[in-house]
Amino acid sequence: MNPAPEVTLLLGTRKGAWIVRSSGGRQRWETRGPFHLGATVHHLVLDPRDQRTLLLAARTGHLGPTVFRSENWGETWEEASRPPAFGAPAGDAPKRSVNHVFWLTPGHASEPGTWYAGTSPGGLFKTTDGGRTWDEVAGFNQHPDRVTWCGGDDGGTPDGPKLHSILVDPRDAAHLYIGLSSGGTFESTDAGKSWTPLNRGVAADFLPEGEHLFGHDPHCMVQHPLQPDRIYQQNHCGIYRIDRPDETWVRIGEAMPPEVGDVGFAIDVDPRDPDTAFVFPMDGTDVWPRISPGGTPAVYRTRDAGASWERCDRGFPREQAWFSVKRQGMAVDRAEPLGIYLGTTHGSVWASLDGGDTWAEVVRHLPHVYSLEAVPCGS
Amino acid sequence: MRVVIPTLLDRYTSGEREVQGAGATVGEVLQGLDQRFPGLRFRIVDEHDRIRRHIHVFVGRALAADLAAPVGPEDTVKIVGALSGG
Repeated sequence: MNPAPEVTLLLGTRKGAWIVRSSGGRQRWETRGPFHLGATVHHLVLDPRDQRTLLLAARTGHLGPTVFRSENWGETWEEASRPPAFGAPAGDAPKRSVNHVFWLTPGHASEPGTWYAGTSPGGLFKTTDGGRTWDEVAGFNQHPDRVTWCGGDDGGTPDGPKLHSILVDPRDAAHLYIGLSSGGTFESTDAGKSWTPLNRGVAADFLPEGEHLFGHDPHCMVQHPLQPDRIYQQNHCGIYRIDRPDETWVRIGEAMPPEVGDVGFAIDVDPRDPDTAFVFPMDGTDVWPRISPGGTPAVYRTRDAGASWERCDRGFPREQAWFSVKRQGMAVDRAEPLGIYLGTTHGSVWASLDGGDTWAEVVRHLPHVYSLEAVPCGS
Repeated sequence: MRVVIPTLLDRYTSGEREVQGAGATVGEVLQGLDQRFPGLRFRIVDEHDRIRRHIHVFVGRALAADLAAPVGPEDTVKIVGALSGG
């Protein structure tokens, strides 16, 4: 049997970025860093097209948002000469200012150099030169219904409403999905020129009763690479799946144990099996503690597209463990058996190297982890 | 005039903590500095020319309210990062 391939984990934290590399068939983990110590790093992403360029979304202390790029695994960094920033508003609309760049998504394989960025407050930006200069996607940011859909820039999420989960259809560079908390899921089939809400079937317990077409709170969405018409969503109000061209999401979280519920931030899929997905539930009762329910962390796994869920807690603490995992904090590799990784609010990385059956803490004592990406090692 | 750069911005000025500036307003001074030190201005003001919330720009001993604040050739402009939070 061939040894398992190695993996590199890219960690964005509240106080900087770190890169963790495995060796010995994912048995040993070496931590490099910090990079940009003291900056809030919301996302650190490798370009899968060249396997070399890293983009890093930083909020540098109180100095506002920016994006850095590196082509040598963090040895040196080049700051964007024109970071994401809103243009002048139309008419007497309020001026918008980017507080932080929250999300980075590489563009389609046919468009090297293209990336998308999601910001707080919710805005969509695009670069075509590998992250050096960024422009607004005006079709969304200046859409006449954007404020109706998403509300003002001060509401919603505690540290600011965010645009996240930018999904690029691997079959069609012009077909995009985005998630906004607050606002919901939106789809474009013309490279961002026009947008349509895609929220039927999704609960919004914080709105008046009845169906709402927008105003929802998706926390994270993931598109299955082998079956791009299938999207899983962890929402503020449950876990959902949609199979396009269906227009209605199905609440697959109803099959979760009622005492755990189906609230959480992160969700990911097995890249080889469209029916397998993973979530990390959190306590969404009363004042929303946003920690592991009962202080007993666990991943829940479905192998039947959400018809049923199984608790995967072997290796996790059995009591008094109050960490959580943010929406960018879960990642999978493509190794066999599948590796799943969690970056926690307590600065640890937990890994399962057997598809979720057993878990071990492989990195500890980092700052609060905001994001984790798993990429091939040595690439 | 003399412009004092805070530590948290001196990576834009190659480590220089004091540089020479020119202009009749804070906005002109920052514009001029950005020509020599690209990226510096956007760390001090946002995309709508508002001085960032936790950045203070002093002209002499007076806190500049905005980019229109006048600056004289003998003034010292001091940029301060008002760091706070945990």
